[in-house]
Amino acid sequence: MGVVGQPVKRKEDRRLITGYGEFLEDIKLPGMLYAVFVRSPLAHGKIVSIDTSEAENYPGVVAVFTAKDLEGKVNDNPVAWIVPDSNQADVKRPLLARDKVRFMGEPVAVVIAESRQAAYDAAELVYVDYEDLPAVVQADEAVKDGAPLVHEHVPNNIALKWHVKGGDVEKAFSEADRIIKQRIHIHRAAPVPLEPRGAVAKYNPGKDKLTVWVTTQNAHIHRFLLSVILNEPEHKIRVITPDVGGGFGAKIPVYIEEAVVSFAAMQLKRPVKWVETRSEHFVSSIHGRDFIGELEFAVKNDGKILGIRGKNYGNLGAYYSTISPGCVTVLHGLILPGTYDIQAFDYEMYGVFTNTAPTDADRGAGRPEALFFLERMVDIIAQELGLDPVEVRKKNLLPPGENIKTVTGLVYDSADYQKAMNKALEIADYEGLRKQQEELRKECRYIGIGVVSHIDICGFAPSKVVGAVGLQAGQWESAIVRVHPTGKVTIVSGASPHGQGSDTTYSQIVSDILGIPIEDIELVYGDTDAVQMGWGTYGSRGAATGGTAVAKAAKKVFEKAKMLAAHFLETEEENLEFKDGVFIRKDNPEKKITIQDVALQANVAWNLPEGVEPGLEAEVFYDPSNFTYPFGTHICVVEVDPETGQVDFLKYLAVDDAGNILNPLLADGQVQGGIVHGIGHSMYEAIVYSEDGQLLTGSFNEYALPKAHLVPHIENHYTITPSNVNELGVKGIGEAGAIAAQVCVANAIIDALKPFGIKHLDSPYTPARIWKAIQEAKQNGGNA
Amino acid sequence: MIPATFECYRPKTVDEALSLISQYKDEAKVLAGGQSLIPMMKLRFARYPVIIDIGGLDELRFIKEEDGKIKIGALTKHREVEKSELISSKIPVLSYCASEIADIQVRNMGTIGGSLAHADPSADFPPVMLVLEADVVAKSQNGERTISVKDLFVSVFETSLKEDELLTEVQIPIPDNNMKFGYKKFPHPATGFAVVNCAVGLKMNGNTVEDIRVAFGGMTTSPYRDYELEEKLKGKELNDSLIEEVSDSIGEGKDIISDYYADADYRKHVAKTFFKRLANELRGS
Ligand SMILES: Cc1cc2nc3c(=O)[nH]c(=O)nc-3n(C[C@H](O)[C@H](O)[C@H](O)COP(=O)(O)OP(=O)(O)OC[C@H]3O[C@@H](n4cnc5c(N)ncnc54)[C@H](O)[C@@H]3O)c2cc1C
Repeated sequence: MGVVGQPVKRKEDRRLITGYGEFLEDIKLPGMLYAVFVRSPLAHGKIVSIDTSEAENYPGVVAVFTAKDLEGKVNDNPVAWIVPDSNQADVKRPLLARDKVRFMGEPVAVVIAESRQAAYDAAELVYVDYEDLPAVVQADEAVKDGAPLVHEHVPNNIALKWHVKGGDVEKAFSEADRIIKQRIHIHRAAPVPLEPRGAVAKYNPGKDKLTVWVTTQNAHIHRFLLSVILNEPEHKIRVITPDVGGGFGAKIPVYIEEAVVSFAAMQLKRPVKWVETRSEHFVSSIHGRDFIGELEFAVKNDGKILGIRGKNYGNLGAYYSTISPGCVTVLHGLILPGTYDIQAFDYEMYGVFTNTAPTDADRGAGRPEALFFLERMVDIIAQELGLDPVEVRKKNLLPPGENIKTVTGLVYDSADYQKAMNKALEIADYEGLRKQQEELRKECRYIGIGVVSHIDICGFAPSKVVGAVGLQAGQWESAIVRVHPTGKVTIVSGASPHGQGSDTTYSQIVSDILGIPIEDIELVYGDTDAVQMGWGTYGSRGAATGGTAVAKAAKKVFEKAKMLAAHFLETEEENLEFKDGVFIRKDNPEKKITIQDVALQANVAWNLPEGVEPGLEAEVFYDPSNFTYPFGTHICVVEVDPETGQVDFLKYLAVDDAGNILNPLLADGQVQGGIVHGIGHSMYEAIVYSEDGQLLTGSFNEYALPKAHLVPHIENHYTITPSNVNELGVKGIGEAGAIAAQVCVANAIIDALKPFGIKHLDSPYTPARIWKAIQEAKQNGGNA
Repeated sequence: MIPATFECYRPKTVDEALSLISQYKDEAKVLAGGQSLIPMMKLRFARYPVIIDIGGLDELRFIKEEDGKIKIGALTKHREVEKSELISSKIPVLSYCASEIADIQVRNMGTIGGSLAHADPSADFPPVMLVLEADVVAKSQNGERTISVKDLFVSVFETSLKEDELLTEVQIPIPDNNMKFGYKKFPHPATGFAVVNCAVGLKMNGNTVEDIRVAFGGMTTSPYRDYELEEKLKGKELNDSLIEEVSDSIGEGKDIISDYYADADYRKHVAKTFFKRLANELRGS
C-alpha cells in the first residue's frame, strides 16, 4: 500500500513548530537599511505639498522618497486581469501617491534609515499638506450620479461591467409562479495571515542584479511585474520566497511597497528591508468580499428554480489590485448557479472604485460571494414558499454525472451532489434536528439549522481558458523531479506552498511512484533563479495542477529508471517487477537493482545504453484540460439568545468531496481552517469604514479573528468522486471550507430568527445586529 | 509598530521606584505587566521619555487576609488572583472575575494594580471592585493614602492617582456571608474586553431586599455604581415586575459609548438584561 491517501504528518511542522522557520523578518543582510512608509490619514485628498526636510535631517535617515523622486524612473503598478468586453477602465497605481490620495493608508512617501527606530521616528516628521476631498466607501453609493469620483476619468466610478447571459431568461421569468428578490451585502473582511507582508531588496550593481525576498504565494508573477515596474529585465531579477506565514490571497498581489523597496535598494545600492506592522496591514493589504448583490430568482411553487437575474456591485477599493477585476466577475458570476440545474441566467457584474483599500482574492475570491448569494436565496425561496430548505435544494440539484455543462458555460468535471447531501443529512439526523427545533421553540428557545450545498472552481487551470477570460498569465504548472546520485530526490515545483503542506503531499506522490521513502524527498520552490517558470499556489490549485505536474514528472523518471534497470539487469522492461523501490527480474528474482542504484548509475553514466542521456530527472509543464469542481454539503446548527442576540454553536458538520484525498490529515486541516475562516468572516471579522473613509477596525482591538473558543467542534466527513481532469483524481480543498461556512452560518442564524418573521439579514452577524433585527421585526408585527 | 525611544529604569524597591517617580514626574510612566501600556506605546498612542519598570517589585506581589480584609499587592498577576484559594474561599466572585480577563497569556502578565490604574472603561475588575467596595492604597514619597474605588475612576485611562503616586495595594472587605455576588460580561470577540459588564451584590431578608449594590462597565467613560437603581430596590419586595420596572432606567440619561460593534441602545439593553439575569440568579429564582 502506498503513502498517498495515508494520514502522513506534515514534514514541515517540526521545523516550523520548533522555531526553525526562516521567515522574511529573519533576513538580516550586511549594511541593510529599513523602510517605513508615510501613509495618508485621509480617504480622499489633494496633496498640496510634502515637506521632507526635517525627516531627511533626522539622525540615521539615508533617504526620503516621494512620487517626484520616482518620476520617469519607474512605471506604475499594472493590473494583471483585463476582463474582456467589460470596458475596463485604464487605471494604474502609482507606487507613491501622485497629486491625490485615494484611500486611508495610501503611501505618500517612504523613509529609508539605518535603523527601524529612526525610520519610524522620521516618518512622523514628513509633513504632508492635504486638501480634503469628499469620499465614497460603498459600491452602490459610488455608482450614483454625483458621487465623488475616485479617478476623474472613470465616470460613476465604474471600473468595469461584465455581463453573462445564458438560456431563455424571458421565458423563465414569464413561466415563474413567483419572482423572489433580495438585496444582499456580503460585508468586507480581510484574509489576515498570521505573518504580515514584507520585502527585502538587494541590488548588486556589478551584476546589475536585483534580488527581492518577498512574502508571496507566486514568486514568478512578482518577478514579471517587478520587471515591468522597474524597467529591469526579468533575468536580472531574482525573487525569493522565504517561509510564508499564510496568505489566503493577501500575498498573491504585487504590492507597490515591494516595488518601492526594490527601487530604493537600486538607488542607494544597499539592501533595504520593509516589514509592515499589523496596523499597516489593515489599512493597506488587500481586503476581500464587499459585494452587493441585487438578485431575482424565478421559481415555481414547488421550489423549482427556473432562472436567475441580477447584478452585483463588487467594491474594488481605490485601485485595481493584481487580479481583482477577475474576482468581481469571472471568478464570481460563472459559478453563481452552483450545484443546481438552473437553465436561465442573466447577471451583470460591476467593479466599482471607492475610497477604500483595494480588495482582491480572499480565500475563495468571488466564489464565496457567489455561494453566499445563491444559498441565501435558496433559503429565502424556501421560506417564501413555505417549503423546507432541504427540499428546495434537492428539487434543484444537478443529477450525478461527468462533464456537466452549465448555463454559464462551465463544465463540471464530476458530480454527485446528492450523495454528499444525503450523507450530511443522515449523519446530522436532519429530521431529528427539525423536530428538536420545533420542540425548543415552544420553550422560546431558538435554534437554527443551516444547510448548504457548495461548489468551488479550483485547480486553475487551462491557460487557454483563463487567457480568454482576461487573466494576463498562464495557469499551467511545472515540476522537476530530480533523483540525485545517492537516490535522494528534490522536487522543484512552480507552486508555492505557504501552509498547505505540499512538501508532504508532493513527497507522498513521488514516494509512491519511485518507491523512495518520503524522508528522502524534498521540495524546492519559490526562488525564480532555482525554479523553472510556474504560477504559484492559490485557488486550491496546489494538488490539482502542481501535484499532477509532480506525478507526471515522477512517472517520466520512473520510465527512464525502468528502462535503465532493464539495461543493467540485461533483460526487457516487461520482465521487470517493481516493488518497494527495487526492480526485480520476473524470471530470476535474484537479479535486482534498487532505484537508488539506478540513480547512481544514471548519474555517473559509465554504462548507459546507446543514445540515452545521463542523469535521472524529468521536467513537466502541465496544462490541465479543465478546472476542477469540489463540492459538498455543510450543516450548521446554532442557538440564538433572542434577548442579547448572542449565538452559540451546537453543531458544525462538513461533508466535502474533493475527489481523491492525498492525505486525510491535511485535508481535515484545510477544511477546518477554511470553515474557521468562513465562520470568522460571517460573525466576527469586519473591515468597517466610516462614511468619510476612516477605517474603524484597523487593529486586533477591533478586528476579531476567530479564536478557539469562538468556533465549534467541526465534524469532517467526505464523499469521493474523483476528478476526471487529472490522473490523481484530485480536485482541491483549500477554499471549499471558507466558501461553504460563511453562508452556512448565515443560514443557520437566520433560520433561528424565522419565528420572528425575519427572512434575511446582512452580515456580519454580530449580536447587536441580530438583536436589532429582532427588535425591528417585533415592531413590524413579527412575533415569536 | 515600534514605540518611540525611551529610557528605562528597573527599581528594586518601592522606595527606589517612588523616588524615580518623583524625580521624573509626568515625563515618566510606570510599567507593570505591560499588557495595556506596551500596546499603546507600540501604536504610539502613548509616548514617554522615561519608563519605570516596576515589574521586579516582589514586595508588591502578595495576597493575604488581614483585619477582615483581603489585601492584594498591586503587582499580583490576574492569574494569581484567579487561582488563589484564599480569594476563592472568601470572595469567589473575584476569582471568577479574574478568570474572565482575556486569555491565560495576558492573565500571566497583567497585574491587578495595572488594571485599576489603567482605568479602562471596559476592564473586568472595576465593576466587581465597586460592588465589593474595595479601596486602593496610593503611596508617594510624601506618604500613603487610601482611595475608595468609587473615587478612583475619573475618565477613560484617567484616575484620581496623583502624578507621583504608586498604587501599591488593593484592599477588599470580606463581605458579609449573606450578601451574594454575581458578575456577567459580554466579551468583545477581538480582545475579551467587556462590551458591557455588570456586577451585583444582593442581600435578601426573606423576599425583601436588605442591601443591593449594582455596578456597570463598558457603558460610559468610567465604570460606575448605579446608586439610583439600588435605592429603588432597597427595602422592597423583590419580584419579576419590580426587577423589570427598575431595570428600565439603566443607562438612561447617560452618555453611553457607541461604536460600530455595539451602539448605545444595544449596550443599554445588554446592561438591563445582565442586571435582570443577575438579580434573578442571586435571589435564587
Ligand atoms: C489581548 C489583551 C486582552 C485583554 N483583555 C482584557 C480583558 O478581557 N479584561 C480586562 O480587564 N483587561 C484586559 N486586558 C488588559 C489587561 O488586563 C492588562 O493587564 C491590565 O489592564 C493592565 O495591567 P498591566 O499590569 O498590564 O499594566 P501596564 O500595561 O503595565 O500599565 C497600565 C497603566 O497603568 C499604570 N500602572 C500600572 N501599575 C501601576 C501602579 N502600581 N501604580 C500606578 N500606575 C500603574 C501604567 O503606568 C499604565 O498607565 C487585555 C490586554 C490584552 C493585551
